[in-house]
This record gives sequence, C-alpha cells and structure tokens, in this order.
Amino acid sequence: MSVKEYIQNVYNGVTSLLKGMRKTGYYFFHPKEIITQQYPDNRSTLQLAERFRGEVVMPHDASNEHACTGCTACELACPNGTIKIITRFDTTPEGKKKKALDTFIYHLELCTMCNLCVEACPTDAIKMAQNFEHSVFDRSKLTKKLNQPGSKIREGVE
Amino acid sequence: MYTETAIISDNTLAGPEGELVINVGPQHPATHGVLHLVITLQGETVKKIEPHLGYIHRSIEKMCESLSYRQFIYVTSRMDYLSSHINNLGCAICVEKSMQIEVPQRAKVIRVLMSELTRIASHELWLGAMAMDLGAFTPFFYAFREREMINEIMEDSCGARLTMNYMVPGGVMYDIHPQFREKTKAFVKQFKQKVVEYDDLVTNNIIFQNRMKGVGILSKEDAISFGCTGPVARGSGLSCDTRKIFPYEVYADVDFDEVLETGCDSFARYMVRVREMHQSIRIIEQLIDNIPEGDFQAKTKAVLKPPKGEFYQRVETARGEFGVYIVSEGGTTPYRIKFRSPGFSNLSALDHMARGSKIGDLMATMGTLDLVIPDIDR
Amino acid sequence: MFSLEHITNEVQNWLSSNFSSGWVLVWECLIVIVLTTGLFAVLGLVLVLMERKVAAQIQIRLGPNRVGPRGMLQTVADTLKLVMKEGLTPDLADKFLFNLAPFLVMMVAMLLLAPIAFARGFQLWDINIGVLYISAVSSLSVIGILMAGWASNNKYSLLGAMRSGAQIVSYELSAGMAVLSIVVLSGSLQITEIIQSQQNGWWLFKGHIPAVIAFVVFIIAVTAETNRAPFDLAEAESELTAGFHTEYSGMKFALFFLAEYINIFIVCAIGATLFLGGWMPLHIGSWGGFNHLMDYIPSSIWFLGKTFLLIFLIMWFRWTFPRLRVDQLLALEWKYLLPISMLNLLLVTLIAILGWHF
Repeated sequence: MSVKEYIQNVYNGVTSLLKGMRKTGYYFFHPKEIITQQYPDNRSTLQLAERFRGEVVMPHDASNEHACTGCTACELACPNGTIKIITRFDTTPEGKKKKALDTFIYHLELCTMCNLCVEACPTDAIKMAQNFEHSVFDRSKLTKKLNQPGSKIREGVE
Repeated sequence: MYTETAIISDNTLAGPEGELVINVGPQHPATHGVLHLVITLQGETVKKIEPHLGYIHRSIEKMCESLSYRQFIYVTSRMDYLSSHINNLGCAICVEKSMQIEVPQRAKVIRVLMSELTRIASHELWLGAMAMDLGAFTPFFYAFREREMINEIMEDSCGARLTMNYMVPGGVMYDIHPQFREKTKAFVKQFKQKVVEYDDLVTNNIIFQNRMKGVGILSKEDAISFGCTGPVARGSGLSCDTRKIFPYEVYADVDFDEVLETGCDSFARYMVRVREMHQSIRIIEQLIDNIPEGDFQAKTKAVLKPPKGEFYQRVETARGEFGVYIVSEGGTTPYRIKFRSPGFSNLSALDHMARGSKIGDLMATMGTLDLVIPDIDR
Repeated sequence: MFSLEHITNEVQNWLSSNFSSGWVLVWECLIVIVLTTGLFAVLGLVLVLMERKVAAQIQIRLGPNRVGPRGMLQTVADTLKLVMKEGLTPDLADKFLFNLAPFLVMMVAMLLLAPIAFARGFQLWDINIGVLYISAVSSLSVIGILMAGWASNNKYSLLGAMRSGAQIVSYELSAGMAVLSIVVLSGSLQITEIIQSQQNGWWLFKGHIPAVIAFVVFIIAVTAETNRAPFDLAEAESELTAGFHTEYSGMKFALFFLAEYINIFIVCAIGATLFLGGWMPLHIGSWGGFNHLMDYIPSSIWFLGKTFLLIFLIMWFRWTFPRLRVDQLLALEWKYLLPISMLNLLLVTLIAILGWHF
C-alpha cells in the first residue's frame, strides 16, 4: 500500500462517515420529521382504513332487524370454527315453518380476520368492523353473541 | 451431531481442544425470531454452526389438509409473514391451475402490484434488521418509515397490514381502494427521494462496506448445491428469478431486469436486494397507470373441487422461490400439501458460509440471508 | 457575577474559622464525597435521558415522554426499578470478584473526577501531573471489565471482556499520543496550567491542523475506550447478548451502566479541557469587546457547555454508525490511528519548538 493510497483510504473513509453523520444530524435538527403516532392519546383523531378488519359484526337497522337467514354459509367458510350458528324454526303467518337465526355465536379469540365469512355471506348480514382494541381480562368475554336480543330478520331477505 | 447432553453440560467453559460452544438463540437479541444456532468457537473464530429448528413449528402443511381450497390460503400468510401476499398468490395460482379458472386481467395486474409492494416492504424491513445486526439502529427507523406507507396502502386495499389474505382463487378479494393509485404514486416518489439516505447511511459507509465485503462467501456452485434461491443465489451470480424463468401473472409483459451480482459475498447479497427494490419500483411504475378495467374476481363455485391429480406452482417471494405442491383426490380438501420454503435451503448454507469467520461476521452473514423463521419451520 | 470560586472560598474560610485544621479536612472530605456522589447520580440521570432523547430525535421518534413533564423523570423511574430489582449472582460465578467488579469500575470513574476543573478555581485536586494521572487511572477500568467477564462464568461475558481488554489497551496508546500533543504545546501536565495556556484561544484553533488531527484521534480513541458504539464490541448486543455485563442485574447492572455514562462525561470533560479550553471563555485574538462579553458567561457554563457538546458528538456517532468487527477494530488502531498520531506528535513538537502556534 503506497502512501498515496493510504491517505486516499483515510480520506474516503472519513468522508463516508461524515456523510452518514450529516444525514442523522439533519434529522436531529429537524424535529418536524418525527413520525411517531401517540396512539392512546390520538384515539379521537385515529382514522382507520374503511376496510380494516378488526372484528365481525352484524349490522342491525333502526327497527332492530338484521339480514341473517341462518344459512350457516359463514360457519362453513370459517377455517377456525370461529362462528357457530344456532337456528330455530319460526312459523310464518301463512302457517309454514321457516328456518331462522336464533343465536349467532362469534368467538373473537379464535378469529384470524381472514374475511372469508363475509365473502361467503349471501345476504351481506355480517361485515368487518374497525374496532381493534379487543383486550379484556376474562377470555369468556371474547365469545360474543352478534344478533341483538329481540332482533329479527329484515323483511324481504331470503 | 450436537446432542442433548451437550446443551445441558455446556456450563463448562471450554469444550474439547479449547473450543467454546455457545448458543445463539432462541432468545437472543441477534437472531430473527426463534432461530437457535449452536456455535462452536475457537476464540472468536467460528468452527461450526448447527441451526436447531422446530421452535415455531405449527404443522401448517398438515393443517392445510383439513381445510378447504379457499380456506387454506390464509394459513400461508403465517409462514413467510413478510411476503404473505406472495405466499397467498402462489397458493391461489395453484388452485386456479387445478380448476382451470381464468383470472381476469385486472386481478392479475393488481396481484403483481401487490406482490411488488410486498417485496419492497419485505426488503425495507430486511435492510433495517440487517443494519441492526451490524449495530446501527437508526436505518431501521428510516426503513420503517417507508414500509409504513406500504402498510397503509395494504390496509386501504386489503384490510390488513401483515396477513392480508387478499388473494383468493379466481382473483383478489376486493377491488383496489379508490386512493390506491394516488398513494402508491406518493410512495414511489418518497421512496426515490429517501433511498439516497440508505446509501449515505449504510451502503457507502466505510464500516459497513468493510463488514460486508469478502464476508460469507457462497460460490455459484455451492449456491446450486445448497438449493439456494432468491437474492442469496442471485448474489452469487446464479440466475434463478422465477418471475423471469417461469413467468406467472403479467410478469412476462412487464419490463424489468433480473438483478445479478457476482461478488458472492454478503455485500453482493445486500446489493441484490437494494437493486431489487428499484426493479420493483420499475414494475409498479409500469403497471400503476395501466390497470385494465374489468372484474377483479372471476366467478367461481362456492365449493372448489379440483380434479384428481398433482399440481405445483412456484412464485418468487422476497426470499426466493416459494413452491406449492397440491395432491388432490378430487375432494373438497387437499390430500396433501407441501410447501417449498426458500428460507430453509438458504439457512442450510449458513454453516458453509460462516465457517472460519468471526462471530461478528456470522451475524452479518445471517442478516444477509434474510431469515424468517416461521417460513423455515412452518 | 456568579462564581463557584467564591462559594468554595467562603466555605473554606467558615470551616477554618470554626474548626481545627484536622476537622476542616474531615469536613471538606465529607462535602466532596456528598458532592461527587450527587454529581454522579445527577449525571447518570441526565446523560441517560439525553442519550435516549438524542437517539429518538435522530431516529425520527419522540423518545420517553410519559413519566414527568416531557419524560424528564423517565430515568428516575428506571433507576427506582433497578434499585428494587433483585441482584442475581449466577450459581457457578466467582462471587467475590463478581460483586466487586461493578464497584471497581465505578471507583475508577470516581477517581478520574479528581483533577477535572469544573469552573474557575473549582477543582478537587490540582495535581501537577494531572494529565498523567488521568491516563494512568483510566486504564484501570479495563480490570473491572475483565473481572466482570471472567467472574460471571458466562461465555458471552468472557468473550466480551476479552474483546474489551484488547480494545482498551490498544486505544490507550493513541489517546495518550493525542493528549501528549497538547502537553507538548502547553508545556505542562497540570490541568490548571493547560487551561491558563488557552487564555488567548483554544488549542484546537491555536495548534493549526495537527491539533485538529489530534482532537479527531482523541475523540475516536476515547469513544473506543469507553466502549461506545461503533466500538461497543464488549457489549455487541447482536453478537454477545450484552457482553461483559450479561449476568448482571439490578443495582450491579446499574453501576456498570452508570459508569459507562460517567466515563463518557469524564473523557469529554478531559477533551474539553485539553482542546477546547476547559472553563476558559471563547476569546478571539484582539476582539476586546467580544472577549469581554464572553467573560460574562460563568465559567462553569462554559465548561459544561463544551463537555456536553462533545458528549452529543459521541452520542451522534453511536446512532449513526454500524459496529466494527474485532479485527477491524484493532486494524483501525494499529494501522491508522497510531501511525497518524505518532506523525502528528512529531508535527506538533515541531510547531511547539518553532513557536508557530499563536
């Protein structure tokens, strides 16, 4: 190694290091570049993507009606056995027996948010909600009943 | 072979002939995930490396046998979680192949776009983790800033940030978000601006270059015989990009180069990944304005029943070649599924690459392999 | 004008008027012990917080901001937690050495505090071989580290300690050479005289390029000596978990941690004293008005300002560079720093003999 090369080496090394320091120095003196989101504090302004999959919910309208026919397509589509549907037979005014949803049991603790149940639903009775704060102290609280008490199927949904 | 008794009795400081046996992992700040390496040292020099696997084995292949052809795809997100889109894509293509489902052109383009975004996200994380292995913490945060943009794009369109489950047999689960184009373009713009930072901070840094050059040599012949794929093999000059050799989706129509480096060392593997990010950006730029109109999902039956037979599909994940092998008996669930994960064969070359180097170099070499342990263990 | 010198003199006068000379010494020793321990505690808290804040800013994060106003009390809470933690001793460790090591490291840091001039006339011990004393004592800290590594009966610790030994012994040389060049320029080993010699300008500026080179070599060498990144091979968390203090927990770990930061403070204080004039205000040649203005800033502020500037520089290094490999570390010292600093010392001597410095 000649003296010239040696000096060249030192020079190149030092400049490469200084370039790196310039970059980090830039960020040190530009606090506006900080990207931290202060999560629990920014709850009120937190915007989640509309398609974000947080949990399965069953939307009910104002008259406490849902669109679930109790066809168990979601139960079959679920890879983890997250959904359990209990059906009952209602008697229609015409006197015919009709299958209807009794209880929609949803095990949040088993759910992987894969969206296959929502895809499988023929009547769009369930959908994914954006709520992601699911921590509870008791595991049994994660087993949810999705249809509200006293709710019934919306007119015209087959 | 390393036996169980040796682990128990390793509180004796020196092994035979003054060798030191140390365990790196499964709980060690250097190992990615729960990899356990048993390293035999002579002073600082590595004599032997034995990877121990199985800490995160979930028998995914067996699990898939009890899931239907629609259901098993979501499980593959949990293997190589950094390129879950591409894993899902491989499975979806394999099922489509078996059922002869024609995927709409729009879905194909969306799939490729998502795959390339995933590849960039994965390489960004790798770059940060790699720098962290060498003791530089800061590039990790800069890389994550860009990765976060991709995650947001994914969140918008796919509904999840990591395990998207966006690829379904017949297309994609949803159409792209209305803001997808805008956001992706913004990302491409920011990436091009900020990638200079990585060069200043990492690539051109003299300490980094000295740590990487001439370290972890893997010759082309060895890369072939260890079955290495992906950036690890391409860093050794082995042309093995599945996107070029067996083009799937629209890769045959887009213009991109297969990145090859002939350095065979850690720096070559590093450069392959960095240049691959640029190629992915190139693919995205070509496709982002040319997403054809049409359906995003082909009409498929509710229950998929592929005919009796064996089907195989390979895709290029961020780590290398990912293969899906399905044996169908004609039922609703696969008879047998086998995944070929790139990480496993890449890891097998570690002993060969790092033998005779210093411990610090072992970490650097391991970093360039870009190991994702759930992918290796499955 | 606020001056620490007056306070010390008043305390001295008050004590000597009320007690016999023996008791005065005892009282002064007690005061010094309280002050040093207090300084250590405060420095530990402040420097750790500063490091975390600097790291956060560089890494586009916010850093600690939950405990106390703007996270000011974060390190207090951390210390409280460490105090309450159980101090484990591994089963097969050499218990005596294992428990002694952190105190040894701490003691060395304390000893180094003695000759440092914190402000005009505010110095514990103005020994006439101050610089020699510093270089002699600072090399003792490696014993504590080696002790910790050996006694832990842990292979990571042993490797870390051995690395640290090789590193500190090597880098001592070029740090010594850099210090020596200032000794040559100022012609004294005494800290006060070195500071006095910078009355009309700091050595960094007065000594032309050789002084700048000496300064750079000094900063690199002391970064290595204090086991800071990019020379933190003794810890090297990605290779050796935590190096020599892998097995330490609770307050014993805290002592190591504290000693690291105190050492940074001390080497930066020495650097500030030798190259940046210690508590001496910034004086530029014949700018009378400017010089007068600078004199109004208390000397302790000058000293602390310069020291913290250097500390920031060392922290900046840590959060920018990757770690060196052990053989590269030694190559850097023996192939680059040592030859350069030797040549530099010759140049400095030449400048000093010919009187070329200002």
